Amino acid sequence: MSVPYYVSPEQIIKDKADFARKGIARGRSVIVLEYDEGILFVAENPSKALHKISEIYDRIGFAAVGKYNEFENLRVAGVRLADLRGYAYDRNDVTGRSLANAYAQTLGTIFSETPKPYEVEIVVAEVGATEDLDQLYRLTFDGSVADEHGYVAMGGSAEAISAELAKSWRSGLTLAEALRLAAYLLGQFGSDEVKDLSAEQLEVAVLDRNRPRRTFHRISVSTMNELLR
Amino acid sequence: MTPQLGLPLAYLATGSSSFADFLADLAPEVLPGRMTMGPGEATALAPHGTTIVSLRGDFGVVMAGDRRATMGNVIAQRDIEKVFVADEHSMIGIAGTAGIAVELVRLFQVELEHYEKIEGLSLSLDGKANRLATLLRGNLGLAIQGLAVVPLLAGFDLNRERGRIFSYDVTGGRYEEHDFYAVGSGAFFARGSLKKLYQPTSTLDNAIAIALEALYDAADDDSATGGPDLARRIFPVVAVADGGGVRIIAEGEIATMVAELVRHRMDRPDGPAASIAAGGLT
Repeated sequence: MSVPYYVSPEQIIKDKADFARKGIARGRSVIVLEYDEGILFVAENPSKALHKISEIYDRIGFAAVGKYNEFENLRVAGVRLADLRGYAYDRNDVTGRSLANAYAQTLGTIFSETPKPYEVEIVVAEVGATEDLDQLYRLTFDGSVADEHGYVAMGGSAEAISAELAKSWRSGLTLAEALRLAAYLLGQFGSDEVKDLSAEQLEVAVLDRNRPRRTFHRISVSTMNELLR
Repeated sequence: MTPQLGLPLAYLATGSSSFADFLADLAPEVLPGRMTMGPGEATALAPHGTTIVSLRGDFGVVMAGDRRATMGNVIAQRDIEKVFVADEHSMIGIAGTAGIAVELVRLFQVELEHYEKIEGLSLSLDGKANRLATLLRGNLGLAIQGLAVVPLLAGFDLNRERGRIFSYDVTGGRYEEHDFYAVGSGAFFARGSLKKLYQPTSTLDNAIAIALEALYDAADDDSATGGPDLARRIFPVVAVADGGGVRIIAEGEIATMVAELVRHRMDRPDGPAASIAAGGLT
């Protein structure tokens, strides 16, 4: 009779975490950063149909890296949660914090209870009435949640990009400045070779605090070209 | 079994882009029309909203509603709003039991937005019209007991590049109207008025003026429809859908047009006369 190998819980967790990190590191990066009028999402994503950046609710946006089917699942769940809450209570009662909590619980459960963790990292961003009230929550594959200030970079080259953002990001950037900075960093560190990313290769959206009600807005290629010039 | 932590499985399930279907599975108690009532007639229990008119023009389509809600012979509310923006390209007006109707509109608005967010694109206008029919069917039980809701949907069809109007019955029957339509207690009078004043090629200003005339005529003959209240400055709500989207016309503009209308009615209380073809009895 064969005796099953004993594997310590520490080892199981470590193996799962390594597995998830490897999966996430394969993907292209996404940058989320605050600018003077709201929050900007920039992803290197040539696909016009499979989005990495999406609207969740009036003031809440979503960005993700990793396995598409897994973060798409979470995105849809977020839209359902927000719409149900807004319908049952009021639109003002839908907050980024409660959504980030729900995601954290879900990712944490999946990480510890299932054999394969989700290979995703997501950002839940909520635009406030003023710059001080903007919120960025970064959630990782194991359900850890961090409240970030100013900017977040995710994906394969997140570390290198974050190090650069720490030097170059400041509060009060204009939309054009923020977009140029993000596009430059994705081109520099996004993959092995350094390149200039064109508007066609980027997926860009904003949560614009000046818009009434639904603040999420995708930025078209032509507008991007004007901003990047 | 492991305890369920985080989002329940219904949230993570794939397949449905419908908010109403999701609610029906997860929280059916919050859906309008799902409440159960004892037997009997309930018409007199709650306020009723009255007249909505809509007509097409070259630019797209307009919709206008009076501001009155009644309970029997009592005016329950003077300034109720019964015309709403449904989404970027469509608008909805409601007649019937006000509480359920307003809730139905809220559900319809979320339904459209939910689909748009999950699928990444809007429903076609026909798709929206069919969804509304399905939602309305959920209220049939209450309608039979006297708590009926009758919506009117109008919007700009981006594929056909023109305005379209859809009317409904309480069973969820959906009918496309060609040029104009009215629902609610004053609808017969409004439709009679529209029939005489409607012009197939009309500008936005013209179409709004015709809609205001039709509402005035409805209020003239139907006690449940409210006319413009000049003393309190309560005017009809008017919305327009054209190629640029849907917008509610500013109250100031409507006030000016209503003042003009009332001035003309001082001379001719029955409103503008329609011309008839020459060659009648001499």
